[in-house]
Amino acid sequence: MQAYTEKIREAAKRLLAEKKVDGVIGFRKGTMPFMNEPFMAKTPEQADLLVWDGNCGINLANYLPKRTDKIAIVAKGCDSRNISIQILENQIKREQLHILGAPCKGMTDKRKIQDELDGKEILQAEEAGDKVKVSGRDFEKTFNRSEYLQENCAICIHRNPVISDEMLGEPVQEQQVERYEDIKQIEAMLPEEKRKHFDELIEPCIRCYACRSACPACYCPTCFVDESKPQWVGKTTDPTDTRTFHFLRAFHVAGRCSDCGACERSCPVGIKVREFTKKLEKEVKELYGYEAGMVQDLRPPLDVYRPDDPEPFL
Amino acid sequence: MSEMFIAKGDFPAIIERLMSRYRVYAPVKNGRHYEFAALKEAGAADLGFKNTRMSPKAIFYPQAERMFEYSLAKDDPEVNIVKETPKDFSPQVVLGIRPCDAKAFRLDDANFCSDKFKDPWWAQRRESTTLIGFACNSPSSTCFCTSVNTGPFDTTGLDAMLVDTGDGYALQVITEKGKNVLGILELKPAPAQVAGKVEELKASAEKSVATAFDPPAIAQQGTLDIFNAPIWDEIHFACLNCGTCTFMCPTCWCFDIQDEVQEGTKGDRLRLWDSCMFSLFTFHGSGHNPRSQKVQRVRQRFMHKLKYYQDKYGTGTACVGCGRCVQACPVNIDIRQVGRLMGSGCSCPA
Repeated sequence: MQAYTEKIREAAKRLLAEKKVDGVIGFRKGTMPFMNEPFMAKTPEQADLLVWDGNCGINLANYLPKRTDKIAIVAKGCDSRNISIQILENQIKREQLHILGAPCKGMTDKRKIQDELDGKEILQAEEAGDKVKVSGRDFEKTFNRSEYLQENCAICIHRNPVISDEMLGEPVQEQQVERYEDIKQIEAMLPEEKRKHFDELIEPCIRCYACRSACPACYCPTCFVDESKPQWVGKTTDPTDTRTFHFLRAFHVAGRCSDCGACERSCPVGIKVREFTKKLEKEVKELYGYEAGMVQDLRPPLDVYRPDDPEPFL
Repeated sequence: MSEMFIAKGDFPAIIERLMSRYRVYAPVKNGRHYEFAALKEAGAADLGFKNTRMSPKAIFYPQAERMFEYSLAKDDPEVNIVKETPKDFSPQVVLGIRPCDAKAFRLDDANFCSDKFKDPWWAQRRESTTLIGFACNSPSSTCFCTSVNTGPFDTTGLDAMLVDTGDGYALQVITEKGKNVLGILELKPAPAQVAGKVEELKASAEKSVATAFDPPAIAQQGTLDIFNAPIWDEIHFACLNCGTCTFMCPTCWCFDIQDEVQEGTKGDRLRLWDSCMFSLFTFHGSGHNPRSQKVQRVRQRFMHKLKYYQDKYGTGTACVGCGRCVQACPVNIDIRQVGRLMGSGCSCPA
């Protein structure tokens, strides 16, 4: 995937020089191992700062809603699906966008790699193909990236962009995987077990809203947690307030979530917030046969009414 | 400054003695991260940490605190009388706090406990707490304490400080408070060679911390020059406006006060951490929002930490270089880089 770097820079320079776009949204190299920073290149010179590797897990579609300029954007499979949703939901117009499609082999989960290092600090990480070599003060270790992917990437079945204006590489092979093993385990729990499970899951939450803020489907002008006249949700870390936030957020992205994993990646305390959104993804898929962003002409099922909508829950 | 010594094998027993007299907070491993927790057993304390994920500020300033409560029941003779919620100010010890975090409390005192203003709960908790620090022999790559007027062995905010010398802990007593608390432990004086070892560790730790930026360079520039500099356009782009940096920061002290009414019969007045990253933070009752744009909020956070605080108090930045925000920012906005840009006086970022 690193080969994309040159292609992104070339495309960015061309598009900026020809004034086809006002900016190119991608990543620039971060200041720490396994981190890149979302970045918008506005000049051909800045285009040389753009990079691509396995540390581009933030969903760039998050930077699009309500923009009025013309934008080129690098999009993985998941990003492209969220762009589709945003177009359907009138957050951005297709003609404003030049999508640089990035077939994706998954993003690295630095936490999983850190787990293998007995608390030693990673000072450098070098990626080459599927290998990533990490080193610190007194160690060096090489990992197979494919074994240390973000959990959403490990079970991703839509790695190739669904819409693009130019592709940065050949399509990658899609995975055949069971996506809902963890969800099925939770579904099999007794109600009281579920409650305990979810209470423990969100116990560390500090209400920073990083999960919401990183989410490309969370673009409401006023998020329900920011409603103040009157206030909708309590601001404490009491389980009732925290639960309300997580449950409501998950319901609001039902049928709109691409499982890009930006929420989980962003959580500073490592909560597996995808357990909520994935359950709803599964429900929507089973009830309506709909996967977010896979088609460009069908709004998310909870957004439309059809007389033959299944309603087994009534 | 007397210096004592604790062999590592004796350490759990020492913690137990402290626990017999005080509530003892210490770093405890919880999943992938460390956090300060009130110890239930001495063995849970784990000094094998770099730093805790969250700063220890919640010990003095909980994320959500019930300040007052009141009855709304019409037949209650005390209806509508706001009463202070009882709080526990019994003596406590924070064991293993890093020098940067202890220094942060000093900076926070400017807000919560100055000559002019005293937050009663912060002040009483500060008063009843003894800070036994733990020097950083090997700071993280994200640490920059030495750039912001503190350091891995800085005793400024501490009552006593432990230094890991390999086979044990050298213990420096710094204040009278520290002396009183540690008096119960009947510790042995440190062997002669320990002082030299501590000096060596200190020198090597300080040397290992990279210079991040130059606070005086930021102080010397005009406030409006930095405020209006074009650097913010590029700095703010990636920001998600989540509250991660502010909630983890040991010197972010802003709060909101809210009343929560339960079932119409009683109410609580709460103090809740708030964040300048949130749009709601500055949302006026009139509907106007003076910081409605992301770029304004991002600028505010860095200006407050690195410029306004310096200008107002003249005691350096409101940042102790703990590096938590650097490590936890989901989009890698790095205060070290921002500090460099703010101090560069340059109008051409990157």
